[in-house]
Amino acid sequence: MNKSAIISCLFLIIVSTSSLLSPWIAPYPFDLQNSDELLQGPSLKHIMGTDKLGRDLFSRILYGARISISVGILTALSSLIIGTVYGGVSGYAGGRIDNFMMRAVDVIYSLPDLLMIILITVIIGRGWVSIFLALSIVGWVTVARLIRGELLRLKEFQFVESVRAIGAGHMRIFFIHLLPNTIGPLIVTLTFRCASAILSESTLSFIGLGLAPPFASWGTLANDGWGSVKFYPHLTIFPGTAILLTMLALNFLGDGLRDAFDPHRKV
Amino acid sequence: MIIFILKRLLWGVPVLLTVATLTFAIMHVVPGGPFDREKRLPPEIKANVEAKYHLDKPIYKQYLLYLNNLMKGNLGPSYKYIGRDVNEIIKDTFPVSIQLGVFSLLISVVTGICSGIIAGINSDTVWDRLTILFATIGISLPNFILAALLILSFSHFYKILPPALWEGWRHMILPSITLGFAPAAYIARLTRSSIIDVINRDYIRTARAKGLRYRNIIFKHVLKNSIMPVVTIMGPLTATFVTGSFVVEYIFSIPGMGRFFITAVTNRDYPMIMGVTLIYTLIIVLTNMVVDIVYAFLDPRIKYE
Repeated sequence: MNKSAIISCLFLIIVSTSSLLSPWIAPYPFDLQNSDELLQGPSLKHIMGTDKLGRDLFSRILYGARISISVGILTALSSLIIGTVYGGVSGYAGGRIDNFMMRAVDVIYSLPDLLMIILITVIIGRGWVSIFLALSIVGWVTVARLIRGELLRLKEFQFVESVRAIGAGHMRIFFIHLLPNTIGPLIVTLTFRCASAILSESTLSFIGLGLAPPFASWGTLANDGWGSVKFYPHLTIFPGTAILLTMLALNFLGDGLRDAFDPHRKV
Repeated sequence: MIIFILKRLLWGVPVLLTVATLTFAIMHVVPGGPFDREKRLPPEIKANVEAKYHLDKPIYKQYLLYLNNLMKGNLGPSYKYIGRDVNEIIKDTFPVSIQLGVFSLLISVVTGICSGIIAGINSDTVWDRLTILFATIGISLPNFILAALLILSFSHFYKILPPALWEGWRHMILPSITLGFAPAAYIARLTRSSIIDVINRDYIRTARAKGLRYRNIIFKHVLKNSIMPVVTIMGPLTATFVTGSFVVEYIFSIPGMGRFFITAVTNRDYPMIMGVTLIYTLIIVLTNMVVDIVYAFLDPRIKYE
């Protein structure tokens, strides 16, 4: 296993545990305003400085990690469930059903994610739930394509024929024999799905279409700082760095996992 | 060949129709109309306004009216910019977005392919590592953070390039780099792996054994064969450019279609949202078609059925 993937994994574990523990380890509450300490730069008291309402940026970033990371993980999980069922049925059934089901996927797949997410949030309104829903509605397509491809390949193998000969039903073949064989590529795809969900959420929040205050994901924090970036760059730089490091870690982890699961294909 | 192109064109029609219908449906199930302001309009005025925009008619009539107008290429009036048509607004903003798009496309293709080639030919050297690092950063770096870094360094610290607006070539540099960076990284990654794949093929070994010059092998055999996957990625990359343009135009205050789209979403300016969505779909359908055709030209093995 390569070093960068392990370091990334450790980094992600540290970030997610500390975000879970943020009520206990954050130095200040995320919404505590202090009018004596407005817009300070980084110092010993506030290691990442304070924003225009005197709130401690480090604490806000810790709390923001909860939103950003949970959006990523939950979207990846829901994409996993929808995508596996849809892609599984399509790939297992094959033929005309497969053809029909995949046309629908192609339409969704060819449209830009962010465009669809924006349109969906127009319908269900702004907020945590709608972002999660929108990201899931867009995200399962990749998983479905992957599972379908894997199943089309796997179901031709002889072990499938032999379990069928023994008398195993469709459900058993699908869940016990086929699905476990897709686990490698699936985990890799989920890692990348998680990264792209975090990226979409932060982008959406940055352009002001994401979460509404007082909740603040990293994208919202970066957007808050953007108006005064010329004079107080730390307000944009720190949340930005948090996003960048998490994205890098997820991508390195995904690359590492891919190499580990599939030694033939080194990219 | 002509039949192939026609067929691909026809395939775009159901996609566009689906998107048109879906956006229409979406916009009409949404609670809260465009004329629900904080300050309530008097009922008579509201009725007049709704009559003007045909919002008082039954929904199927509105839909037919909308489709009928679409056939004529008329995207309807904007709800927000009173007196202006969506067509007009798009006509004003579209060229700006296209300029930005083409410029960043050039940047990404040139840097992506060049660095990919250098890395692929010299695999496992410093150049290779640098390219991989660049590619990973490019994929991980959200474009608003890149924009922030670029603006901070080139407009605020060294005051050499303007941080916003769209008035001449100096204004194009930072936005185009921002928009082209991630696609450049994708292209570099793909070119690199494709070259490494081709360079290990038997026919390259044959060419070497024949004693051809190294440069000839690279330019005539390796590059020509490894460019294929790069062409196919151009379809999906168009989507990256489209969504990237929302953010980049927002950050750099560029009066392009993406920024108007964002404003339209915040204002619930439905005809504008539907119109811009359709234009984006059209762009993507057309690019995918062009990519397919180019691909068929490049690889004679693909039959245009």
